[in-house]
Amino acid sequence: MEHDMNIEYVGLQNINGPLIVVDGIKDVGYEETVEIICNESERRTGRVIEINGDTAIIQVFDGTEGLSLQNTRTRFIGHSMEISLSPNILGRIFDGAGRPKDGLGKILSDKRYDINGSPINPVAREYPHDYIHTGISSIDGLTTLIKGQKLPIFSGSGMLHNELAVQIVKQANVKGSEYGIVFAAMGVKNDVAQYFIRSFEESGVLERVVMFLNIANDPIIERILTPRCALTVAEYLAFELGMDILVIMTDMTSYAEALRELSSAKGEVPGRKGYPGYLYSDLASLYERAGKIKGRKGSVTQIPILTMPNDDITHPVPDLTGYITEGQIVLDRTLAQKGLYPPVSILMSLSRLMKDGIGENFTRGDHFVCSNQLYSSYSRVTDARSLASVIGEEDLSPIDKLYLQFGKRFEEKFLNQGLYVNRTIDQTLDLGWELLRMLPVSELDRLGDKEIDKYIKQV
Amino acid sequence: MELLIHSISGPIVKIKGETSLFMNEMVYVGNSKLIGEVSAVSSNEAIIQVFENTTGLKTNEPVFRTESPLFVTLGPGLISSIFDGICRPLDKMEAVSGSYISRGLNIPSVDIDKQWDITLKVKPGDKVKEGDIYAVCSETSIIEHRFIVPEGINGTIKSICSNGMHAAKDIICSIEDDKGNIQDLSMVSRWPLRKARNVNRRLPPKVPLITGQRVIDTLYPIAKGGTAAIPGGFGAGKTMLQHQLAKWSDADMIVYIGCGERGNEMTQVLEEFSELVDPKTGKSMLERTILIANTSNMPVAAREASIYSGVTLAEYYRDMGYHVAVMADSTSRWAEALREISGRLEEMPAEEGFPAYLPSRLSAFYERAGLYETLGSRIGSVTIIGAVSPQGNDFSEPVTQNTKRFIRCFWALDKSLAYARHYPAVNWNMSYSEYAGELQEWFINKFGNEYTQYRNEMIKLLAEEASLMDIVKLIGADLLADEQKSVLDITRVIRIGFLQQNATSPIDCYVPLEKQFSMMKYTSMLYVKTKELLKMQIPQSAIRDSGVYELMIKAKFEIPNDNIEKFSQLWDEIKKKLDAVAENYK
Repeated sequence: MEHDMNIEYVGLQNINGPLIVVDGIKDVGYEETVEIICNESERRTGRVIEINGDTAIIQVFDGTEGLSLQNTRTRFIGHSMEISLSPNILGRIFDGAGRPKDGLGKILSDKRYDINGSPINPVAREYPHDYIHTGISSIDGLTTLIKGQKLPIFSGSGMLHNELAVQIVKQANVKGSEYGIVFAAMGVKNDVAQYFIRSFEESGVLERVVMFLNIANDPIIERILTPRCALTVAEYLAFELGMDILVIMTDMTSYAEALRELSSAKGEVPGRKGYPGYLYSDLASLYERAGKIKGRKGSVTQIPILTMPNDDITHPVPDLTGYITEGQIVLDRTLAQKGLYPPVSILMSLSRLMKDGIGENFTRGDHFVCSNQLYSSYSRVTDARSLASVIGEEDLSPIDKLYLQFGKRFEEKFLNQGLYVNRTIDQTLDLGWELLRMLPVSELDRLGDKEIDKYIKQV
Repeated sequence: MELLIHSISGPIVKIKGETSLFMNEMVYVGNSKLIGEVSAVSSNEAIIQVFENTTGLKTNEPVFRTESPLFVTLGPGLISSIFDGICRPLDKMEAVSGSYISRGLNIPSVDIDKQWDITLKVKPGDKVKEGDIYAVCSETSIIEHRFIVPEGINGTIKSICSNGMHAAKDIICSIEDDKGNIQDLSMVSRWPLRKARNVNRRLPPKVPLITGQRVIDTLYPIAKGGTAAIPGGFGAGKTMLQHQLAKWSDADMIVYIGCGERGNEMTQVLEEFSELVDPKTGKSMLERTILIANTSNMPVAAREASIYSGVTLAEYYRDMGYHVAVMADSTSRWAEALREISGRLEEMPAEEGFPAYLPSRLSAFYERAGLYETLGSRIGSVTIIGAVSPQGNDFSEPVTQNTKRFIRCFWALDKSLAYARHYPAVNWNMSYSEYAGELQEWFINKFGNEYTQYRNEMIKLLAEEASLMDIVKLIGADLLADEQKSVLDITRVIRIGFLQQNATSPIDCYVPLEKQFSMMKYTSMLYVKTKELLKMQIPQSAIRDSGVYELMIKAKFEIPNDNIEKFSQLWDEIKKKLDAVAENYK
């Protein structure tokens, strides 16, 4: 590279939150990686986020604590942030910026990858069709997960989203293929990270997992790198080694907060709730890295987890996420308080790729009608409940009373299942029909005569 | 003077000092020749918006001028293709750079070396003027590509090639004007991306765009050349409805713009449309479709350009005399791209950080829709249907509100309908169509005066249901009078049997107007008949228990689209049941 690696710039012009300004620079690239040396010994990493004439604004990932205008030297690396990858990466644990955390040394490889990735050409994408069995009725039956999909879990503090993610990892049956798990933790509590490590260990998948951990007390700006490192690994394992990769990213809300902090330090015009106007594009640059590519074997399936501040689904992070991802699994506090697990709020949840990955050749021929009728009937339960809360259950019409019973049984039998229960798709769908048979035929408005004959009357 | 990059911030690059760059000039930025466009010039700097990722770009790298505005190459071969936001063909980019999009590729939208079998429409010595057709070729098996004398050229055909195979770049004919200037015309031409194409005059909208979707065609119709917005939160079914409209509407051609949306969705459109057969022509849907894809992770500046690319392509085919429908999904992402660029330019923000020129940009876009007499006196139209993604499902946010001012059809998608899997989740109480009045004549000519009567009755009943539901929410349905219960029962038929439509069912995904009319007619007859029974003191519960409502609801699946005579059989069955009820109570 023509770039002169030896040039070091001594001193800074300005320090502001996570940003430093260096002037008198020459030949520096936009988004180039910067090595920052503090007091001759301590090394930190940064990235050029704006160049103006001979001044560069640099974002320091490890924080600017202890930096002064005089004690700091900067060196420009000549390329944007990269990560070395080899098949040996499986089973390893890294920190949020991709540095080994397990004491096993660096990944040695001459293959280096830009952590920002490149957009997949829509023409090169293969539309995802293959169903992933998770053994969880509410997901398999009603919000089916498809290989190559990005399906987030919208949760709130105190709900069992981590447990749900672990259960999916344990039970996910990616048939007849090599699979792997990439786990990115952003600003999660130490205990949560330990829980995931322990669970991977218990289910014996640890040697198939790659972990990137940015714990709650790690540098905040480093979080911006964590999902990018993780997804670069996922793409490598999927599209170069042909593995089916499940990526768990938690917590996306902490990630977005890091982005907000950086944006406010830069003095940008804020959008909603102080988040930067480009939050949508930024989140999309992560989520869109899921998928399948024509002519290549592997796949990247994403399950991002986010906590909705104050359980508010219209908060910018869940809102923008929902606009990018292919559906969402929403957890509901009322269901959780009833002691039901997983507390999936069915009506608000959705899998956009479901319709193309279920049916005859994938799950079962009756999957679509069954789920469609369950949705429709369960939505009537909500109406009946709100009426009951006004006029009292006693005064409800017989049909509304029936809906209340249906709703209760649906939640207790269908939704509710233990942390260790793995249901087959047949069990799930049969259970669905069993519940629907509680209702009179005239209420089953999504079923044709043939279906009523076959699944309701003849049983 | 050599132009050098002075500063870089995201997609915005600045050059210091006075330059002779002009507004909207296309430039190549840096050593890797990224495509950019001049977006502001002043005496001390020029601002360039770059359509590709600027990572690695350095200060003092050169900027190369083209001295031409950012343009699209127009010609045969556009249909069935998929382009990025600035009209570069994505399939050819894949051939060059593989599965991931790389930078600095400058590939024209049409292949100028491709051979086309052309038929000439003029001969030497003919007088031609702007807008006249000088040759045609069949671009796909359903669309004839008409080559038109460009704006501002009038004269006599001097020389002309022969009928048959020619490359797109070959000269087809030469025209000599009064002053003796010679103009050579090939099959391809260039047009500035942001400029609307000229027409003779605008015509009033009179003919509906038939979409096969009952809630649209019957309740809130759109005219050919009309504008519509589909606002809805995530999961409300915007994209699904856009796909349905792109598949089934009776436009000659569709331009589908995926603006800041999901990559897999574009792949799905490509896959699905190539397999689907257009009922009108019996050919693949892709043979009438152009796709523009700037997925959410592709550069934001190109997202801003993508809707202009789309509407320019639509106008090009409109000028050939076609009815083109443009689906823009989603215009909110486009507005956000505007906001992002505006923020980088440190412009003073208006509402929620959006620039103050958001409304004027929106109106300029939607006003390009219309039914027109084109140059050369053909009739063509551009219909624009834009999805809007309100932040937090809040319809009072700036993009939804400003869009509402410039469109004439508002199909509001409702989350609670979507939660109950009622598709299309168009909320009948919040939506409207300003075309309903203008199109009434067309519908009356087709179906007679009853059409308006049935439609108005349906709207009235739905409004009545909404106010009854307010009472039901407080006291339950049991305490209502029988007349009111009968309204609730018939509106249930309207909601489930008529408004709700199953996009995955081969019989229900597209419903011809004739069947829509029959469904409306027999639903109305059923209501009239039940009112008669009520007058005979027969309780509504007895009518309901006879199952007549379920029979009517199932008509959408049970009666084939091409055999609507079966409705009279259905009616006999319903009548028999009702007569039996009446008999019981005598």
